Amino acid sequence: MIQQFAVEIPYWGQSLLRVVGGLVAVLLPAGTIVYLFLFKMMSFMQSRLGPMEAGPFGSMQLFAEVGKWLQKEDIIPENADARIYKIAPIIVLVSTFLLVVVIPFGPDAWFTNFSAGVFYALAIGSVSVIGILVAGWSSANKYSLLGGLRAAGQLIAYELPMVLAVVGVVIQAGSMNLQDIVMAQNTGEIFGWSGIGFPFVLTQFVGFLIFMIAVQAELTQAPFDMPIAESELVSGYMTEYSGFRFLMFFIGEFATAGVFALIASVLFLGGWGIPFSWFGWESIDQVDNWMNIAGPLIMFTKMMVLTGIIMWVRFSYPRFREDQLQRFAWKALIPLSLANIAVTAIVKVVV
Amino acid sequence: MSALLAAEVNVAQNVGFYIIAALMVYGALRVVSTRNVVHAALWLVVVLGGVAAQYILAAAEFVAVSQVMVYIGAVMVLFLFGIMLTRATIGAETDLNNRGWGVGIPVAGLLLAVMVWAVIDEFGSSVIEEPAAPMATTAISDVFLREGLVPFLALSFVLLAAAIGAIVLARKD
Repeated sequence: MIQQFAVEIPYWGQSLLRVVGGLVAVLLPAGTIVYLFLFKMMSFMQSRLGPMEAGPFGSMQLFAEVGKWLQKEDIIPENADARIYKIAPIIVLVSTFLLVVVIPFGPDAWFTNFSAGVFYALAIGSVSVIGILVAGWSSANKYSLLGGLRAAGQLIAYELPMVLAVVGVVIQAGSMNLQDIVMAQNTGEIFGWSGIGFPFVLTQFVGFLIFMIAVQAELTQAPFDMPIAESELVSGYMTEYSGFRFLMFFIGEFATAGVFALIASVLFLGGWGIPFSWFGWESIDQVDNWMNIAGPLIMFTKMMVLTGIIMWVRFSYPRFREDQLQRFAWKALIPLSLANIAVTAIVKVVV
Repeated sequence: MSALLAAEVNVAQNVGFYIIAALMVYGALRVVSTRNVVHAALWLVVVLGGVAAQYILAAAEFVAVSQVMVYIGAVMVLFLFGIMLTRATIGAETDLNNRGWGVGIPVAGLLLAVMVWAVIDEFGSSVIEEPAAPMATTAISDVFLREGLVPFLALSFVLLAAAIGAIVLARKD
């Protein structure tokens, strides 16, 4: 795959590139999201300045925060189940790293080209629930346990609409491979006009809305922040965590926001591609090499727009009540996404 | 041993298989020997994850992902959820064994013997060709939506009936 570059990269070099690329693809979005949205956008929406002291416009605040967390003591409650208490944040963070593995960033810039890519992403996305559940349980704290249970109930409920919303895209693209889904959108045409390709958000707008709502709930961002509700559960499953392990949960939360935004941009917004008709490309083999550089930048831009929307909603709406939350998932989102699948399948067969 | 190191055999794959298999056996033993229900459930996660890894080694990507989605993502989460709703004690418990546990050993031994005999009798001398590429997902869907369609629909119907039955039994009002 990499022979198309001017230099031949040996296998170990490719592996090293992939590992470093994975770290960048998880940590860079997380840092940018935290600074830009959590520090600055939230502050402006609440009529305050946010961090201003560390660096120009407080841009070094992030490093100060990380340094602060790293030097804090890693406290384990006396009655806690110490071993599981220590493992839980690692499970959550590792599931984020495993999630980024299937996302394509360019014609050759992918980590692994998995034929069941979408399915893999959805499956791995559900592994973090185990980490959250055992984090709540092993803390030996009733608020933590309640938070863990609420998180599990919520994540199970919102995983279904998420999977069902993606099925519409899979039917339309005719593939579960994320690279193929990007291809289908950028080589497509709308009634013979190929000026903007055919991003699936146009036909799958309902699916896109359901997916973004489900992402919001999976990330436990407000208005779906019942599990960490700081005013009633004092941060739920994270209550007892401090220092480095809290930092891992924190990075996991925002990195997962970035990764889910990347997945949404691949599924609905055309991914790394630009409409192929602009340059006369017809298949993935004809795509120029510079797309391997431009692709990640395009993906990053789309990710920032989508996470911007996620955070905007987060800062704007009050928290759902538990029964409203469950009723919304089971009685509104799931029937709607089933109807979306049925309509998509019928249209696919008829057209 | 020579059969495992023969030229046409992928040695790395065999080594991987036995490492994962050893981990799975250890995990399975811990599931039944640990004194805490939540620990048992987590060891079961290790075992099921090992199964998914073995599927990957056998170039069955889709089955491996299904394994993670269904068993780790759904079944084990519901398991843990149920355990934590009912008995969430931390530390060792003493009353986990019931009186008939001795009967389980011969039953498990017999089951193991029957399964080993069945597998060796049927596949003992056959060698599976090393696949050139992972099984395409479309090939799987073609099989179970054509030849396997009737059993697939029948299974879906049984599951639906079971789900509705569970709701009817659980709802008293």
